[in-house]
Amino acid sequence: MGHESRIASLESGLAEIVGTRWVRLRPSELAAFRADGLPTHESTPGIVVIPGSREEVIEVVRFLAKAGVPFVARGAGTGLASGGLAEAGQVLLVLTRLNKILKIDTAARRAVVQPGVVNAKLSEATAPHGLYYAPDPSSQSACTLGGNVAENAGGPHCLKYGVTTNHVVALEVILASGETIRLGSPQGEPWGPDLVGLFVGSEGMFGIALEITVRLEPLPKDVRTLLAGFPTVRGATEAVSSIIASGVVPAALEMMDGPCVQAVEASIYAAGYPTDAAAVLLVELDGRPDAVAAEEAVVSERLLRHGAMQVRSAATPEERARLWQGRKKAFGAMGRLTRDVIVQDAVVPRSVLPDVLDRIMDLGREHQVMVVNVFHAGDGNLHPNICYDRSDEALVKRVKHVSRAIMEVCVAAGGSITGEHGVGADKVEYMTMLFDDATLGAMCDVRRVFDPDGRANPGKVIPVHSCREWRAGGIE
Amino acid sequence: MTDRVLAKAREALGADAVGQDPQGRPRVSPESTDGVARAMALAHNEGWTVRIEGRGTWCPPDAPADLVVTTTALDRVNTVAPSDLVATIQAGAAIGAVQRRLSAERVWLAWDSPGRPQRSLGSIVATGTAGPLRHRYGPVRDHLLGCTFVSGDGRIVRPGGTVVKNVAGYDLTKLMAGGFGAFGVITELNLRLRAAPELDRTLLARGGRDALSSAGRDLAEAAIDAVALELLSPAMAADAEWVLALRLAGSADGVRAETERVKQVATLAWSAPSPDQANAIWHGAAHAALAGNVTIRLGVLLPGIDDTLDLLADHLDLGLVAAGAGSGSIRWTGDVPPERLMTVRRIAAGREIPLTLERAPWAYRRTAGHFGLYREGVGTIVARLRDTFDPGHVVQAPLDADG
Repeated sequence: MGHESRIASLESGLAEIVGTRWVRLRPSELAAFRADGLPTHESTPGIVVIPGSREEVIEVVRFLAKAGVPFVARGAGTGLASGGLAEAGQVLLVLTRLNKILKIDTAARRAVVQPGVVNAKLSEATAPHGLYYAPDPSSQSACTLGGNVAENAGGPHCLKYGVTTNHVVALEVILASGETIRLGSPQGEPWGPDLVGLFVGSEGMFGIALEITVRLEPLPKDVRTLLAGFPTVRGATEAVSSIIASGVVPAALEMMDGPCVQAVEASIYAAGYPTDAAAVLLVELDGRPDAVAAEEAVVSERLLRHGAMQVRSAATPEERARLWQGRKKAFGAMGRLTRDVIVQDAVVPRSVLPDVLDRIMDLGREHQVMVVNVFHAGDGNLHPNICYDRSDEALVKRVKHVSRAIMEVCVAAGGSITGEHGVGADKVEYMTMLFDDATLGAMCDVRRVFDPDGRANPGKVIPVHSCREWRAGGIE
Repeated sequence: MTDRVLAKAREALGADAVGQDPQGRPRVSPESTDGVARAMALAHNEGWTVRIEGRGTWCPPDAPADLVVTTTALDRVNTVAPSDLVATIQAGAAIGAVQRRLSAERVWLAWDSPGRPQRSLGSIVATGTAGPLRHRYGPVRDHLLGCTFVSGDGRIVRPGGTVVKNVAGYDLTKLMAGGFGAFGVITELNLRLRAAPELDRTLLARGGRDALSSAGRDLAEAAIDAVALELLSPAMAADAEWVLALRLAGSADGVRAETERVKQVATLAWSAPSPDQANAIWHGAAHAALAGNVTIRLGVLLPGIDDTLDLLADHLDLGLVAAGAGSGSIRWTGDVPPERLMTVRRIAAGREIPLTLERAPWAYRRTAGHFGLYREGVGTIVARLRDTFDPGHVVQAPLDADG
């Protein structure tokens, strides 16, 4: 009996563990889980199970191990690479009910959380202690820390403070076999090789994080947020390189192009961005007041030197919050432009940003596809967002072509196909642009170390042919 | 056996790349990753044991092996991109030479690992030995964007990339940082650089251990913007007393303002040595880590520093000790029998403190293991990873305690 036909027979066993309320099998219920944040992929899971405790997750995984059924772990479903989609023969294991902050150790600056804790909730909980959790994906008001661990999520403030992997120090993990293991230590010093570093970013294919210990940072004493409008995109990108070369490391250095600014300003998230600008930079500096003041002078001078029409510093916390809301809700605001938006993700060396952006805009024009840019300019992490309507089949074809061409441009420039969204199902086909067969084969091998049967989130990240060839006896 | 190994090695790599170490063991020094791959594939196919060697200035190059593979000929700085703050450098390059080269471009690699300036980058990465700068810039692994390594059976693997943000594929580079060579030979590193600071200032305070440790905690709690905050034992600091060494780096105005704040938060008798004197202190402490046969590091949370120093005082000594007064990590160097070290490791484990053996003579490493103790389930994963990357078990890398 195949997985697909066996799925329904799992219902009673799963219900015994989590209760009937938390098992979903009706088509209308499953439909809610057929997509994540990327509109190009849909897949309906065979069954959805939503455990409510660590113990229930363990029991469910052991039950599935016994049944030999593949599963996909999922958080809030905000992913942008179709990494959290399950197929008909697979169980979708939703972890949003595991949403407890288990411990906040203010002296050691550590927090222990369950995987379903929403990213922003952790910083809210630690703020009274003068601490916060630094990685801040744009979806932080909804995305979960378990999902952040799986994807090695980033965010605007990762320029100065690093991405998820730099903040996770220990994990309790359940492997697909049902075995639980503890990786790392609260100190950040591993008991052995760095398996925490290996696990973070493994996209749910090594197992499920049951408990996550993270590093907390002290809230900065002073924060300044600068807004600069530029008459050209090139001027803005050159200002980015100039700021980084100055030695100042902003907490965040974000860019939005003209169409993005106009979409935000026409939405309920209007932030007061200059609508006559071809590009806008949002620069945040944080730290001690004297140091921030000195850095602000350097950054302002660089912005003006590269043609900023004006540089404005947020005068109040409310104004700062509004500037950031516009940036973080920019993807939502793009919904005003077209029915569907693909939030693309790629990275290039900062020094080639101007040329790569020119090429991406040329690609959009050549293929009559609307591309709108909002991205983490400071670390070269592009988000060329493709606006389209999925009901237009000819347009969908062109969108796919442009998506691939953008990846090719970024890789040719020395970059990567993803900086923070992950590979998931969406970018599996692009992995061979970056990695040779031996490296992909080694990745397959490591996956087998954690999950010999390949039941955790199958079919993602590594092209299947790479694993087959590798297993067949090496690649010559 | 030696003649046969030499002959086969010459055949595979050419006569120029093959020689013998001071003990007469066949030693190859390939000039390329492909050369390392040929050497490792040969050893794997022949069933020879292999010692991976850098520049031989950290761990004694004394592991018995049929073949020694050294990275000394892999010492090129391939690319430095100051505007992107990244560099690609071969693993055998010496850290001192690399920093000099980077400094000419007004960038730096924020590493101040223990050992000599001749130490290879590969050695620093393979042992995961971060220095005081980990306080601000994190462990060694946080500086790696990608790498090239050769597995125990001669496969060339290139995880990661050369950009500062990248989540494509599994992060196998992390496995190489602190893996003690068990998963292969690192041949090339893609590194994150920092712009050279406008001002780099060190402040020193001398006194009793407890008072300085307490001041270190005060400074950490006040979130002083230091790049290093280290409590050095008298022998480590070459001083009559314990020394709290604090390093500030950044814009001149920022550093000056932070200097004043340091003095407000911790009312110690701070002195500000000249840049040359400051270099001498930091380099001296890095070099002092070689003054005993054994170096260990313990992962300690900030509130546990004093108790862990007491543990070392009770069971070892407080001769050569450097404690990250802000980051909570302790490095100890000295001479101690492996049995006693393993006792300390067990006691530390009871307090949830991992103890890693960073360097020691081969027989010692073989007895105690670099890690020795694993948490539940981890040993199995590590063993499977070793089987994956070194199926012939040719690499001499004693991660586990003997027996």
